[in-house]
Amino acid sequence: MDEKKAFLQIKNLNVEYVTKEETVHAVNGVSFKLEKGKVLGLVGETGAGKTTIARAILRVLQEPPAVLKEGEILLAGKNLLELPEEKICHVRGKKITMIFQDPMTSLNPVMSVGSQIAEVIALHNKISKNEVRKKAEEMLETVGIPAERYDEFPHQFSGGMKQRVVIAIALACNPALLLADEPTTALDVTIQAQVLELMKKLNRENNTTTILITHDLGVVAEMCDEVAIVYAGEIVESGSLEDVFENPSHPYTVGLFGALPKIREDVEWLSPIEGMPPDPTDLPKGCKFHPRCPKATEQCRSCQPDLKEITQGHKCRCHFAEEKEGSGCPN
Amino acid sequence: MPKLVEIKNLKKYFKTSRGMVHAVDGVTLDIKQGKTMGIVGESGCGKSTLGRILVHLEESTGGQIIFNNEDVTQLKKNDMKKFREHAQIIFQDPYSSLDPRYTVEDSIKESLMMSGKYNRAKALEKTQELMDLVGIAPRLRLAYPHELDGGRRQRVGIARALALDPEFIVCDEPVSALDVSIQAQILNLLKKLQQEQNLTYMFITHDLSVVKHISDDICVMYLGQLVETCSSKELFHRQYHPYTKALLSAIPSVNIRHKMNRIVLKGEITSPINPKPGCRFAARCNYACEKCHEPQKLMEVSPDHFVSCCRAKEINN
Repeated sequence: MDEKKAFLQIKNLNVEYVTKEETVHAVNGVSFKLEKGKVLGLVGETGAGKTTIARAILRVLQEPPAVLKEGEILLAGKNLLELPEEKICHVRGKKITMIFQDPMTSLNPVMSVGSQIAEVIALHNKISKNEVRKKAEEMLETVGIPAERYDEFPHQFSGGMKQRVVIAIALACNPALLLADEPTTALDVTIQAQVLELMKKLNRENNTTTILITHDLGVVAEMCDEVAIVYAGEIVESGSLEDVFENPSHPYTVGLFGALPKIREDVEWLSPIEGMPPDPTDLPKGCKFHPRCPKATEQCRSCQPDLKEITQGHKCRCHFAEEKEGSGCPN
Repeated sequence: MPKLVEIKNLKKYFKTSRGMVHAVDGVTLDIKQGKTMGIVGESGCGKSTLGRILVHLEESTGGQIIFNNEDVTQLKKNDMKKFREHAQIIFQDPYSSLDPRYTVEDSIKESLMMSGKYNRAKALEKTQELMDLVGIAPRLRLAYPHELDGGRRQRVGIARALALDPEFIVCDEPVSALDVSIQAQILNLLKKLQQEQNLTYMFITHDLSVVKHISDDICVMYLGQLVETCSSKELFHRQYHPYTKALLSAIPSVNIRHKMNRIVLKGEITSPINPKPGCRFAARCNYACEKCHEPQKLMEVSPDHFVSCCRAKEINN
């Protein structure tokens, strides 16, 4: 992918949460590119730094304690991190929007759902009140909620409907980049199926570039064109959906698939990844996965592997991933 | 296989200003000793209420629960404490099920001390064992719930339930808050404990791949009623109820080559307040007809496979 085609490009993003007692290394040198209209799945466990990446892109990290140490976030070639706060306000909600994980808490309980959608529209468009309301009603209809429910409050809606309201808010200004943080995690499977169908349809129609943050590999298989597996604040494997799902190369990715209960296979025991994700205040030296890795060697304990391309577009951060050229430890 | 728990026509209605919520409505079910009964359904289907009634956190409105040949719906206060040592629950929401002012250690130690079987030193020792068992780092011993992520909080909940070595555990979505790699550890752990201590589980979840993995038998619920029940193998091999079919087809699969034909249901779960007689799924069902508005009976469609749908045979031929 050449520089021009990349719609979103993240370069060497580093985010820490600094408190008096300790420093949490949340995101450690994350780089990726995304073409216009593609859906990228950011997969990882709790605390892997997925949400921090999304929040950094939208610049809604809570600072302090968060500190954006270094990195560039280029949206259509423009570095978002250099924009002053007033300018980023025009980007937020219009060019980049976010669906937060928990629909129960991301809506304002004392504002009608309609006016919460209208708020975004009025903020970013110079149109009359009536037009704003009309547009907000249209958005409600788009996500499958009758416009008559415009004046109702969040508590009158079910979880699935609330999440659809959140999606309507996120899509109200037809954003170029949508950050969906676990959009269906709080929902039931049949409702999840409805919401995923809706997101797919909207992605097709508006060609919205999407980053889907999830821990559900099934949802990724369903929705994404590209996948990046995040572990301890680093991308450990990335590539097309087919690359990662059919040819998982990093021991962590392999472990994730092994740990998943399968619906079409019978296994007596699951193969969990031993141990726990590392403490982000005290990350291990070398490969961050080595304490849990069945294949770890001395090299893994002392030397941090790079994210290397193993086949066209398929990258893996492991000393032992098969690759075209040989590589030695630089240290 | 001896039955540990027999549930007979169990009902739980909640009174609200708008009418009676039929949370659990006439559920009849047997749970075999040393086995896992999986309860599947969407939020609001009454699966958690069912679990809570079983450990007597809610009074039932009607019906019987026979636990070890004793009707526990009629227990007196003193017997209740004894009963609770045998039947425990792991709660769904790790955010609200822990006392925010108790440290991890206090939370786990509490039931040990309450039981009167442990002195302080022994209780602390056991607490440490339990923490190791569920994978909480010793350094978090004095942490408060707000310092823990959802996954770790749930582990504390699991440790609490395991503390008194119960016979029967209601697991109410115990792994929903955990990451896959950790979820697999906990599922294996629950399974291992079951084999070692001959535990009986009622495993409530909305995650069908989890329930398939852990359960011997499965019961599918919809709006307070049992719609289909049979062995786990049988259910994933053949479903009769239209709701079960839709539910199974909605699971996102990691297999990117073989996509299942998804049945996307119309609408959402209807209100459980003063429901009309008849099949409660009828409003969303593609096969609904006149007969569906009459009360449905649980029918045995094949050996040990029960379905509550009058058209089950018809639409599956």
